[in-house]
Amino acid sequence: MIEPSSPGTGPAIAQSSPLPAADVVVELSGVSKVFGLSGGRAAGGTVEALTGIDLAIHRGEFISLIGPSGCGKSTLLRLVGDLTSTTSGTVAVNGKSAERARLDRDYGMVFQAPVLFDWRSVQKNVELPLEIIGRSKAEREAKAREMLDLVELSDFTDHQPWQLSGGMQQRVAIARALAVDPAILLMDEPFGALDEMTRERMNLELLQIWDRTGTTVIFVTHSIPEAVFLSTRVVVMSARPGRITKVVPIDLPRERSVDTRELERYFELVTEVREGLRAGEGGAGLAPAARVRAEGLSA
Amino acid sequence: MTALAASEQVAAKRGWSVGAQIREWLPAIAFFLGALLAWELLVRLLGIKQFILPSPVAIANAVVTYFPELWQSASYTLVEILLGLAIGVVAGILAGIVTARYGAFRESILPFAIAANSVPIIAFAPIFNNWFGIDKQLSKAMIAAVICFFPVMINTVRGLTSASPAAIELMRSYAATDAQVMRKVRIPTALPYIFTALRVATTLATIGAIIGEYFGAPKVSLGQYIVTYSSYLNFERSWAAIIFACAIGIGLYIAVVLAERLVAPWTGDRVTRAG
Repeated sequence: MIEPSSPGTGPAIAQSSPLPAADVVVELSGVSKVFGLSGGRAAGGTVEALTGIDLAIHRGEFISLIGPSGCGKSTLLRLVGDLTSTTSGTVAVNGKSAERARLDRDYGMVFQAPVLFDWRSVQKNVELPLEIIGRSKAEREAKAREMLDLVELSDFTDHQPWQLSGGMQQRVAIARALAVDPAILLMDEPFGALDEMTRERMNLELLQIWDRTGTTVIFVTHSIPEAVFLSTRVVVMSARPGRITKVVPIDLPRERSVDTRELERYFELVTEVREGLRAGEGGAGLAPAARVRAEGLSA
Repeated sequence: MTALAASEQVAAKRGWSVGAQIREWLPAIAFFLGALLAWELLVRLLGIKQFILPSPVAIANAVVTYFPELWQSASYTLVEILLGLAIGVVAGILAGIVTARYGAFRESILPFAIAANSVPIIAFAPIFNNWFGIDKQLSKAMIAAVICFFPVMINTVRGLTSASPAAIELMRSYAATDAQVMRKVRIPTALPYIFTALRVATTLATIGAIIGEYFGAPKVSLGQYIVTYSSYLNFERSWAAIIFACAIGIGLYIAVVLAERLVAPWTGDRVTRAG
């Protein structure tokens, strides 16, 4: 279950920022990110990865960030997770700074690679974050078992990570991310390395997990069908500089299954996202788009 | 699957079952025995003089006949090797940890360590004998220690700094302390690197101690035993001492391999998987 929101924990912060809408979990305002500022400022020394990002994410939402390579979608995710810092603008998570939220262990992270440790069994890998926050042995074991049950790997607790398939390893990574009951699950192309069949199965499983935990999910992907199938909203981004060009609300029935992929509305939404991507690439809106086209950026 | 079944599966994968192990070693054992036989036959058929190449039987005879003094010499030298290994490995790991921890050290000291690693440190043996006493075990131990130090230090630094950026970010997302990152990620990542260096170090320490003894040591030492009986043209006795030196080298190597299986069992798995 989702942790109850705790507005009482940070009165000082609550004062400084006018009370956000009760269910806004992540609020990005005017966020930009420029790489290479600290080094020499020779021509071409800096890259504007993100510019003018405004986005509010509500409790329990499943947000997908989609866009071409280099549009800064991973950077945006890392900004929210405080793995990198903004150049300007603010990131507020539950009314706190991203750093405060990280130190409060509000995040669960899943990367493209599962990043499991060979010197730990599957069970011990899931226990790792619980060890770090100092939970007791009994508590760790129970929680890890519960999480492995959630991702349907109860029979593999004593296996070593390398004995599992890629999809199973990624499920361990998800179990590990969920072990600390994070308010927000940040996923950076978690299924990007999997084959199409496995990926579709993982999508379904992820939705079931999301249903059962109520966690807010921010999900970076290259795949339009994946984004539409999973999300409550798809955030379409374009590159150079990275910015949000379109937000597509996904009004598919909440209960999704293999049949969802055959709904007419599903195809319409896939088309809408695809057109959004193409518009961002082709020149709708901002001035640099023409240059992007001239440089021959391909989808 | 039960834990027991899983561990059996792991054991089988590593070839730990005795039967499989012997079958695996059979070709090597056959080759070894064949080479000994060829050696013996060659010496007899070609009538090679004893002072050029003693036959395996003659060497085996010398091992049996002079066993007590060979044993005593080997024990003396083994103490030097173990002491040298202990000093070199402990110092190397500590220096590696400090160097890996502080970027400034990594940039200033590591290049020198790598350069020093390619210097023939054994050339300093007479000087070490002079510093620490030609008839003292410490002088040979120090040669062994210095030879071991650099590869251990360099591999410790490499191991500690080779944790994947994703693993470090994962720990950051958990708001883990530096000490936790060290204990739970960096050190386990470094262990295979350190054990690789330890395997090399056992060989280097054995070489260092024995060559050090060539330049001067009490009579009851493997190095002096080899030198003395070579000068008397009693080569089968030199060869007998060399057999002891080989046994020490191989024994230490095996000890490190076994320790690695105990302390870092996943490294073998990783090799299996990569292969």
